[in-house]
This record gives sequence, C-alpha cells and structure tokens, in this order.
Amino acid sequence: MTFLDVRGLTVRTAEGRVLVDDLSFTVSGGERLGLIGESGSGKSLTTLALLGLLPSGMTATGSVELAGTQIVGATERALTSVRGRDAAVVFQEPLTALDPLMRVGRQIAEPLARRRGLRGAALRDAVGDMLAQVRLPEPERVSRAFPHEISGGQRQRVALAMALACDPGLLIADEPTTALDVSVQAEMLDLLDTLVRERGMAVIFVSHDLAVVARVTDRALVMKDGRAVETGTVHDLVRSPRAEYTKSLVAGARRLEAALDLRSPR
Amino acid sequence: MTPVLELRDVALRHRGSAVDAVKDISLAVEAGHSLALVGESGAGKTTLLRLLLGLARPTAGTVRFDGAELSLRDREQMRRFRRSVQCVFQDPYSSLDPRRRVGAVVAEPLRSLGIDTRSSAVPKVAAALDRVGLPADAMDRYPHEFSGGQRQRIAIARATVCRPRVLLADEPVSALDVTTRVKVVDLLAELKQEQGLTLVMVSHDLSVVASLCERTAVLEHGHVVEQGDTAQVLGHPAHPYTRRLIDSVPRLPA
Amino acid sequence: MIPADTLEAARPEVAPQGVRRSRVSVTLVVGSVLAGLIALLAVVSLFWLPYPADDTSGGRLAGPGGGHLLGTDKLGRDLFTQVMTGSRIAVEAGLGAVLIAATLGIVLGVLAAFAQGWLDDTLSAFLDILIAFPTLLLAMLIVAARSATLGSAVLAIGLAQSAVVARLARILVKRVLTQDYITAARISGTSWPRIVLGHVLPNIWPTLVVNLALQFGLAVLAEAGLSYLGLGAPPPNASWGRMLQEAQATFTTAPAGALAPGILLVLLVVGVNLVADGLRDTLDPATGRRRS
Repeated sequence: MTFLDVRGLTVRTAEGRVLVDDLSFTVSGGERLGLIGESGSGKSLTTLALLGLLPSGMTATGSVELAGTQIVGATERALTSVRGRDAAVVFQEPLTALDPLMRVGRQIAEPLARRRGLRGAALRDAVGDMLAQVRLPEPERVSRAFPHEISGGQRQRVALAMALACDPGLLIADEPTTALDVSVQAEMLDLLDTLVRERGMAVIFVSHDLAVVARVTDRALVMKDGRAVETGTVHDLVRSPRAEYTKSLVAGARRLEAALDLRSPR
Repeated sequence: MTPVLELRDVALRHRGSAVDAVKDISLAVEAGHSLALVGESGAGKTTLLRLLLGLARPTAGTVRFDGAELSLRDREQMRRFRRSVQCVFQDPYSSLDPRRRVGAVVAEPLRSLGIDTRSSAVPKVAAALDRVGLPADAMDRYPHEFSGGQRQRIAIARATVCRPRVLLADEPVSALDVTTRVKVVDLLAELKQEQGLTLVMVSHDLSVVASLCERTAVLEHGHVVEQGDTAQVLGHPAHPYTRRLIDSVPRLPA
Repeated sequence: MIPADTLEAARPEVAPQGVRRSRVSVTLVVGSVLAGLIALLAVVSLFWLPYPADDTSGGRLAGPGGGHLLGTDKLGRDLFTQVMTGSRIAVEAGLGAVLIAATLGIVLGVLAAFAQGWLDDTLSAFLDILIAFPTLLLAMLIVAARSATLGSAVLAIGLAQSAVVARLARILVKRVLTQDYITAARISGTSWPRIVLGHVLPNIWPTLVVNLALQFGLAVLAEAGLSYLGLGAPPPNASWGRMLQEAQATFTTAPAGALAPGILLVLLVVGVNLVADGLRDTLDPATGRRRS
C-alpha cells in the first residue's frame, strides 16, 4: 500500500532556477527509504516540499500524494491537518527545532493535546510516556527544563518525541544525527531503528553519510543537482553502484573507512 | 628533540566557572609526528586548541613553544610563534571575512607578520592558491562566490602561505560532504609531505584522524584518557571510552 | 531549520565582479530625489538668496506674488528666502548631529563591545540611561549652560543620538567578534586596532549607515522641535521650526507661512527615511547567515 507517491516533483526559485528536477519515488507503509546526496543536491528541499514547507519564493510543481492528500498546491488548512497526523519531521539542528522560550514538557504536550484531545493528568502522563519512549532519563526534570538546559542529543530525542507524539504514518528525518557527537549518534540511530520497527512507520531518512543511511534504511535514492541519479536497495548501491556519481560516493566513504581499519586492524 | 609545542600539567578554568574546562593535560607535539585530539562535545577540545594557539592563558601549568614558555606579552616570541603555528577552522562560512577579497584574506598573515608588503605578497598568494587547487583569478573574488569546500581550501591557503611548521585544524572537514572531505584530506596529506607540516587535528571523526595523524590523544570531560601511536590507540584501545568511540562509528556493509 | 548548504544552493546567481548584483531600489531613488532637492536648496542658499535675510520691506503677511514667490511673514520678510535659509539650517543640524552621534557612538560602542564583566554591565546601563533621558531636557540643560544657538541644539541632539548608535554598534561589534575570521586575524598576527579598523568596522558599516540615515531625519525633526520652543537658533536665522511657531497665530489668514516650512520639513524627513529604507534593501549582508 503506497503511503507516499511523488511524481515529477520540481522545485524552482523565484528567479526560475530549478533546484529539484522531476523527482519521482514512492514509499509504502512501513518502508524505509534513504535520500543520499551532498550539498546542493536538493534533498532537504525535497523533504520540505513533501509537507508544503518550502520557504516563500520557492514553488513546487508536480504531484505529491501523502496518505491520499495532494500536497502540491494544497491550502494551509489542508496541510495543517496532514502535518503531524500523517507525516512528521525531525530536522538536523536540535538548537533551532525547539522553541527556546517554552519548557520541553509543554512543547511535547502541544501536539498531544491538539491531536488526541488530552487534558490535565492524562496529558501529563502521555508526555511522561513519550519521554520514556525516547529513552530520556529523569523525565520530570527534562519536562520542566528549557531547551538550552539539556544537551544536543537530548534535544534531538525531544524533537523525535514531538514528531512521534501523534503517531504519524511517515517520519521524515533530515540529517537528524549530523550535528551530534559520534557516540550520541549511534544511540540515536539505535533508538530510531527500534521505534520505527515497533510502530511499523514508514521513514524517509536524508543524509550525506552513506554508512548512516545503510544503518537505518533498506532502500535508497541517490540525488545530485536536484535529480535522482540511482535508486535501489542499500545493499546493491554500496556493493555494486551503477552510476558514476554513486561510485564516487561509495569509493570516498570506503577510503575514509579503510584508514580506520588500517590503524585498527579488525 | 624538543617538541615544537608542549602542554605541561595544564589546566584552564573559565571565568565564573566552578569547574576546570581542562585539567592535568600533558601533551607534546613533535615535528613530523602529527597529533590528533579526539573527543566529543564538552571534552575540552576547543579549550585545548585555544591554549595551543596562544589565545588563552592556562590557569595552571605551562604552554611551551620550542622549549620556552609561551609569553603572550613577548612580542618577538609571539611573532615567531604566529609565523610557525597557524590554524584552519571548522566553519568555512565564518572563517573568511565576507568583506574582503580572497587575495587580501590569504595575504593577511604575510602582511600582519611583516613578512611582505602588499605587492611582494602577491606571487606568494598566487602560489598558495594554486597549491590548494584554486585558480589565480580567485584572488579578486569574494568568499561568498565559493562553495564550502573551496572556502576551506582558501582557509588552508591562508594558513600555509607563511610556511608554518605546525598547522592546527579544528574539525576542518566535518562541515563538508564525503567527496569533498576526501579531497581536502588528500590535500592536507600532500602538504604534510611537501612542506614538512606537522598537523594537530581536533576532530571527532576517527577516520579522518586515522588518515592523517601518527599520534592520537583521546579526551573526555577535560582529561586525556589515553594517548599514544594512532595505530595503538585505535587498534588496541585501552580505555573504555576510546573503545566506545570506535564502536560508535557507523560502517558500510562489507 | 533549512541547512546552510540548501540555502547556499538556492541563492540568486552571483555577478562576476564579486559583489552581488542588487536590484536598484525604487525607494532609494525616490528618497534620494526628495532629499537631494532640499539639499540643493540648502547649498544654493550659501551663495544666493532672493532677499537679504533681514529685509523687511515686503509688507506684512502678503500673499504669493509681487516679487515674493511665497509671500511674506508677519515682519515683512520674504518667505522663500526664509525657507531657503531654513533648509540650510535643517541640513546642517542633521549632518552635525549625525557626525557627533556617529563618532561618539561608534567609539563608545566599540569600547563597550570589548568590555567584559562589570565594565560591560556599567557601560550598558549608562547607555540605557542616556537613551531614556529626554532629548528636550538635555537640550535645555545644555542651553542653560551655553546660549541658545544652533550649535547647542545640535550638540544636545548629537549626544542623545550617540547613545542609540553606541548601543547598536556594541551589539554589532559583539556579533562580529564571535566570528572565526576575527580569530583567524589574530592568528595571522594582526593587532587589535587593525582588526577593528580592517575587519570589524567594514562588517558593521552597512547596518550602521542605515541607522545613521534614520538618525538624520530624527535630528532634523528634533532641531525643528527645539527651534519651535525657542531653544534653537535665534532670529534672524530662520529655522523651519521657528517659522512654524511664528506662523502659528496667523495660520488661517496667511497659511503660506506655516505650509512652506511644514511641507519642506516633511519632504526632507520622508526623503531621508526612504533613503534609509532603500539602503537597507541594497546593502545585503554578503554571507550573513550563521551555521549553528
């Protein structure tokens, strides 16, 4: 069952420059797709276009059907009901994803109250439950804290909790671990993996890091200059890349890894 | 042989802080043996970098340059120091003055250290830009006309134009894509060879560190928990934190 | 939320000369024309006036015509001459105040930005108090100390505005000081004075210029207000503010006396504000975004 159907998605700037060119792909319920690309590949803009979040001045054409709703050209009202319920996003930068002036607990409570209509004690319990699900220790302390009072890794978990609060069918994660330390990243990827499997959610995981994408997804799409260059299972992309660009990405990643192996024989 | 740079029992506490940012740090940078400082946020890498760059004074212990204690007030020593020790920063978008042309940016060390006049600096700047793979006409352009990877090359050109002995690099490639990363790592390796540069690289990226540095020191919460030859530290880590760092690196399927 | 490299890719094409091609701003053009006309009037008044300043031969409160383009005031002086002199005073007041505000403000702002701890807090508090202090009161104090002249008025306005400029400069300089290129300059061996002149000032200048343009308009208005209250240039120097005050009583019978200075005042201030707006549009920070 197709959850997300993207056909001929094109994103242009106000001056007419094409940043995403005729992109098409599908994501079925429970499937995990990776979007691999470097700077300027258009991968982040694609994720924004999927939820109608493109910055002003940029226009999207083509078709994006998310759980039956057409996103391209949809009204803000239609989009608001889709966001959070059908799809939610986790961004790269934990510092800016959260409102710095609102306590963490309240930020998680907002989507819960809106979607599930919870109030009072039931709401508080639900917030605590979410915090526990993202494996945050000391949920009461974290709930009362402001974003700057917790670490980057903890902020990302909070952002993840907010995204999962309404049980969306699709989770879009745009470089969610790039800004995190390597050990924190490993924990976060573990967590994502577990939660997504438990809920049977579909995931679109965007990253420039091949190894990270391989860890979290089954299938991937490689993007360059706004276009899809190659697509296939992660396995195939890494072992037998067909396109030149994919080959250079894999070669680069392998070379850096090889240096690690040279020094630390395994 | 006297180490070029040395930290002996160094500690630094920030003003108004209750704890030391770094403590009991003893590190030596020997010519020809590039050193990696590995650690995560809060480990004290930035503090160590500032100490090694003579931008901060330790609250305990000494920082030594060519065996002599580094005195920030000794202008002659500082001049020699600055000429010998340069730095490449993490963020290619904030390390170049947006209001200056690339030529002026790269020439700054030569001008400020009194090595060259504006005209005598030009051929050196052109050579430095050429060495990092940028065209000569880059001199007349502004930083915002270049990509992140190119900007990092400009930063490397600036840092190497006065032929320093030591190049400190603060996460020089973490803001870059994989393919660009590889190219910049290769460039740094070449410069090491050609100019006899000793690198001191601060990074949390173990594979980059492994490619370029013969020695590694691992930092956790302001302390050096392990240090030695890179092959030893990464191959047979003694400390559990080091082991955890190595195990956390995501790997490609074989 | 949008990664820096995505924003980078989406930026408009860069012109080959190295400076971003900026669309010519309509507001800048319109503002420049308006302000420029008044400035022209002021410059001309330095060399030529239709009548000598104290010539009261025109007959009182005469309407336009008969050798007097705008008519005469209650003492028989030619209104057009007065208005021209007034334009010179307005421009002088604006320039003088902005000069004082800029010099004092930038110096204070830079010093405050480098201050740490208690010095920083003290300077900020001092600036805030100065900003809160009513310009009028400051003017009266200075006038009491010296005599009521254009100089006193300009000094008072300049001082009051310097606090605003200083506060802005302080925050701009502080932001620039966090940038890596400042650290890179230090590593290059550049001395602090050269860093301030060569790296800090050029990077805060665009925002400051816009603010100073706005201050010009405010200074002109402030001087008009002070003259209206009798605290500015004494007669026969015809500040627009004083002209307004004098024409007040006879506004219904001879409106030209109030309309002329009033309209010109509005044109100058609006013109300068449009210039400030237009400057803000064209002076894009080249790569002002931060990667957090």
